[in-house]
Amino acid sequence: MNLQNPKKFKLLIDQAHQVAINVLRPISRKYDKAEHSYPKELDMLASLVDGMNEGGEGMNAGAAVGKRGTNEQGNKNGVNLSTALSVIEMCYGDTALLLSMPRQGLGNSAIAAVANQEQLERFKNTWAAMAITEPNCGSDSAAIRTTATKDGDNYILNGEKIFVTSGERADAIVVWATLDKKLGRSAIKSFVIPKGTAGMTVERLEHKLGIKASDTAVIRLIDCQVPANNLLGNAEIDIAKGFAGVMETFDNTRPLVAAMAIGCAKASLERIKEIFSDYLDPQYITPYLQTTHIASQIYRMEAEWEAARLLTLKAAWMADNKKPNSKEASISKAKAGRICNEITLKCVELASTVGYNEDELLEKWARDSKILDIFEGTQQIQQLIIARRELGKSSSELK
Amino acid sequence: MTNMVNKAQGFGLSLITKMASSDVLDQLKLRKFIEKSLYQGSKAGYKTLSKTQKAFKANKDLHKQRLNNQEKSLFDLNYSEDQQMTIDTMSQFAGDVLYPLAASADQNETFPTELWQYIEELGLNFYALPEALGGVAAEKNILSNVLIAEHLAKGDFSLAAGMLSTFSVINAVTQWGSEQVQALYLNSFAQGSSIRASFAIQEATPAFNPYQLKTKAISRAGQYFIQGEKTLVLLAENADIFLVSAELNGQAEVFILRRDESIQFKKSPAMGLKATETATLIFNQTLALRLGDEDFNYTAFLDFGNLMWCAMAVGTCEAVKKYCIEYANERTAFGEPISHRQSVAFMIADMTIEIDAMRMLILNAASLAESGQTFHREAYLARLLCAEKAMKIGTDGVQILGGHGFTKEHPVERWYRDLRATAIVHSGLHA
Repeated sequence: MNLQNPKKFKLLIDQAHQVAINVLRPISRKYDKAEHSYPKELDMLASLVDGMNEGGEGMNAGAAVGKRGTNEQGNKNGVNLSTALSVIEMCYGDTALLLSMPRQGLGNSAIAAVANQEQLERFKNTWAAMAITEPNCGSDSAAIRTTATKDGDNYILNGEKIFVTSGERADAIVVWATLDKKLGRSAIKSFVIPKGTAGMTVERLEHKLGIKASDTAVIRLIDCQVPANNLLGNAEIDIAKGFAGVMETFDNTRPLVAAMAIGCAKASLERIKEIFSDYLDPQYITPYLQTTHIASQIYRMEAEWEAARLLTLKAAWMADNKKPNSKEASISKAKAGRICNEITLKCVELASTVGYNEDELLEKWARDSKILDIFEGTQQIQQLIIARRELGKSSSELK
Repeated sequence: MTNMVNKAQGFGLSLITKMASSDVLDQLKLRKFIEKSLYQGSKAGYKTLSKTQKAFKANKDLHKQRLNNQEKSLFDLNYSEDQQMTIDTMSQFAGDVLYPLAASADQNETFPTELWQYIEELGLNFYALPEALGGVAAEKNILSNVLIAEHLAKGDFSLAAGMLSTFSVINAVTQWGSEQVQALYLNSFAQGSSIRASFAIQEATPAFNPYQLKTKAISRAGQYFIQGEKTLVLLAENADIFLVSAELNGQAEVFILRRDESIQFKKSPAMGLKATETATLIFNQTLALRLGDEDFNYTAFLDFGNLMWCAMAVGTCEAVKKYCIEYANERTAFGEPISHRQSVAFMIADMTIEIDAMRMLILNAASLAESGQTFHREAYLARLLCAEKAMKIGTDGVQILGGHGFTKEHPVERWYRDLRATAIVHSGLHA
């Protein structure tokens, strides 16, 4: 057993850290202020990330799990783990800018998770956003109302999607829609809709509390026609497998959102330790009952952060090793989401006006962190998933 | 290594065979009452401990023993075959033996006598002894040690602590003992498994700081003498040997000494840990040896103990969770199981999250330690997290059962009292 970062990812982690410090941090405040303007610096960076991803087996530096693991035997440190590790570093730089990174959208993860071989090849260099949420359907994704109707060799999509990250900037949007509302969750499929397809329009961009550099679009679909082979994976409505197919994506993406929270919290924690370095014992010798209140608060946050970080790596490692990880993915997301929000807010409190003013980034991180406990399944949804598993309850029993 | 696997398997399998054999189980089932030893109330004053009658024979040919570090490279959460077997054996023992004994041991404030026999049969002390002395330890197995603690504590926190007391002293002597100390004590442990040992570290100081000790070591004519008072000593009356922390030249140090008439003893029952018969000891010019020499690290000595307590807290929290899940699924209110309510279900979810969170920090620290790397920061953070989360789970466990949880009809109140110790103790065990 070993819970230290593997040596083979050291270079990748170092590179991501350098990017965070030298590329993301310097433009962090600029794009927090200039909401909806495109961070053009990211174009160059995206090419760099593509280059880093070429760095050998199991390497991935962006937010999307863009490659599939192999089936080799024995303990494996693969693409899920390397992605989580680099996402932590990138979000230590800036969470919103990571979310805006070309070709690293959540849609890319969905494609990687459920696409067939031909689709993988066809959408290889496509930057794909993800559209699940609707005005009347958030966490309850089984209640999706956007419809997809077969019409010859095409599907016709109708509906409205909200909270689409990079919905305006991406090359395509992966839209979740139902083939038959009466059949419930098993009829929900995902479709790749290229930008500019007739019938798909960006209605507006949201103004938000945080992650302002990342655009969040409202998408309207009116008789939007896509080729049938843009339906990801299997077109059959498999009642037995039900929703599982679509939900599989989450087992890979939740640990990555947890990794974002770890990175965001790391930024605040590191800064607060600099600010209060005189209060802290770098050797950790003084028992926490004997330290100042400020120091004990910081050590406590550090303990929570370490635990959440290791839970995140655990969930990613399980995905690499083909171990079923739905529960662990939810645990990592729940823990990282809650401690990131708690840590970033506490750091503002400890630094008081220094933390609250815009001269520092502490207040920005405290705003950015809130979404990390919401998207990709809220804290409460993760708790429900974990509790149902532990208690052996169905979603109709434990609502 | 193969040798170790074989030996460890031997001990494990012998236990499993024993557990499965019906007469042993029947014996346990039939035994309605635990033999009650005379309860000596806390109102009794101090009494003088007698000199230990155990034979201690030094082996002059024994060279200083140190276990080798393990090599690690990839991130890996798999348990080795060895570790998995340890987990299975200890879990079964915890469920079949410890849990059924726990309630009355707590009630009577007595460590059940049959557990001494089980300690031998489990071969616990041989897990700790180096190969050169007939034990199975070929390299540092800090992880296996914390796994033993975690899984025994699923049966009972106090009983696990009591069972691991001598084991822990052997670990500490193997890890830190000078050649002189090892020649005398390791050899004696290897010769006679009936030797019992314990730690005397805690002092009755509010917000006790293990780096600032009132107990002093006095150096006189090339010998050390211990002067001072220690509290929360596990199974003190049974111990032949104590590891005692004391200040020497302004610094905290650890000493090893034998029970003799210079030590005053008083039972001092606490909120929990009752089955370990906690006591206060007063040392009056007690002759002692310094445990370690040039490679002794007091901070690491404390950390190795804290990790064991943290691991036990995780094991007991697992027991709390399991009990609460069964209860919440059976207990109905307003026409359905209370587990159908999010307010209850989310407490269970949080238990699951925090148990795994605590476990990650412990495993990380233990894994670093056995690969010979510095692990103090990790152990510090583990203790901090476990102190908070274990108690939260302890209190939620009682809360889920409501008024029933407050009574002795259910074990959750015992776990509540025991888990409070996680934040209190420093050292007292050793991985």
